[in-house]
Amino acid sequence: MKNVLKKYQSYIWLGAYAILTILSFIFGFNPGKQIFTNFTQSFIEMITFIPFLFIIVGLFDVWVPKEQIQKHIGQESGIKGMVLVILLAMLQAGPLYGAFPVAYMLFKKGASIKNIFIYLGAFASMKIPMLGIEIGYLGIKFSLVRTLVSLPLFIGIGYLMEWYLKDKDFRISDGSGGR
Amino acid sequence: MSSNAIIFISLSVILSVVSFLLDRKKTLAGFKKGWNMFKNMLLPFLLILVVISVLLYFIPPALISKYLGANSGVVGFAIAAFVGSIALIPGFISYPIAAGLIDQGASYAIVATFMTTLMMVGIVTLPLEIRYFGKRVAITRNVLNFFAAIIIGLIVGIIL
Repeated sequence: MKNVLKKYQSYIWLGAYAILTILSFIFGFNPGKQIFTNFTQSFIEMITFIPFLFIIVGLFDVWVPKEQIQKHIGQESGIKGMVLVILLAMLQAGPLYGAFPVAYMLFKKGASIKNIFIYLGAFASMKIPMLGIEIGYLGIKFSLVRTLVSLPLFIGIGYLMEWYLKDKDFRISDGSGGR
Repeated sequence: MSSNAIIFISLSVILSVVSFLLDRKKTLAGFKKGWNMFKNMLLPFLLILVVISVLLYFIPPALISKYLGANSGVVGFAIAAFVGSIALIPGFISYPIAAGLIDQGASYAIVATFMTTLMMVGIVTLPLEIRYFGKRVAITRNVLNFFAAIIIGLIVGIIL
């Protein structure tokens, strides 16, 4: 129900914008025209690469064996375990809170504290679909630099959290309620 | 056509052809998946483009470069980090915003800080995070990432 309402809301706003734009052109309201020019520019920028990005992401999704990687996670330790969690994170989509249930699953499967937090870091800032859009909008140089600077930092956070929580009986709940 | 478009179009064509030759069914399933993802983001994306167009008209570039530009100093980082931590903006929508800010004179360092806090720090989703990780861990994680974001911004600024 909430989703339906949300969907309608977007249509209403877009419709309102369309009407205001048409009125701006009829009555020669310059700010409205200028805003529409801005909109057209960014729309063209978007439509010339985003659909193709999603073709790439879709193909990626069917060819890369996410389940396979998921199966091996937790059992592997050391560098290999770390690389695997980062890879798994990069294949996901969606907002950070969508990663919490996966963190719970990693915890259940015995992944190290370090790797769980590295997963969250990689999930937040290195998802492939997001990197694609980032490259499209901000350029490959920015994305590359940002990613390469972020990676050691959130690996560091993983180590820090592990060190901090080592003797503290750390556990992740399934999110259903109290602890 | 922008170089972006050329890169993404050629890459998607090459990958599609290779994929199609390898496995027709899988390729079609991939297209379908991609199309569904695109469909889901189209509406919010169009809306944010409208919002950006309106804001770009009303906010003078001078104002953006003053508060978020290369010479904005601590103020710029503070604004970027706090707004990024509080705002709940889906990732794909934040990129056109970031690009708009850079166009209008914001610095790479500050945009990187903003993007990173947006992605890694979530004040609004903190209650949810606490349900999974507990209060102490969730808060620690957010605080660490907040400072990491500023460090990332600073280093990105130095490199770019």
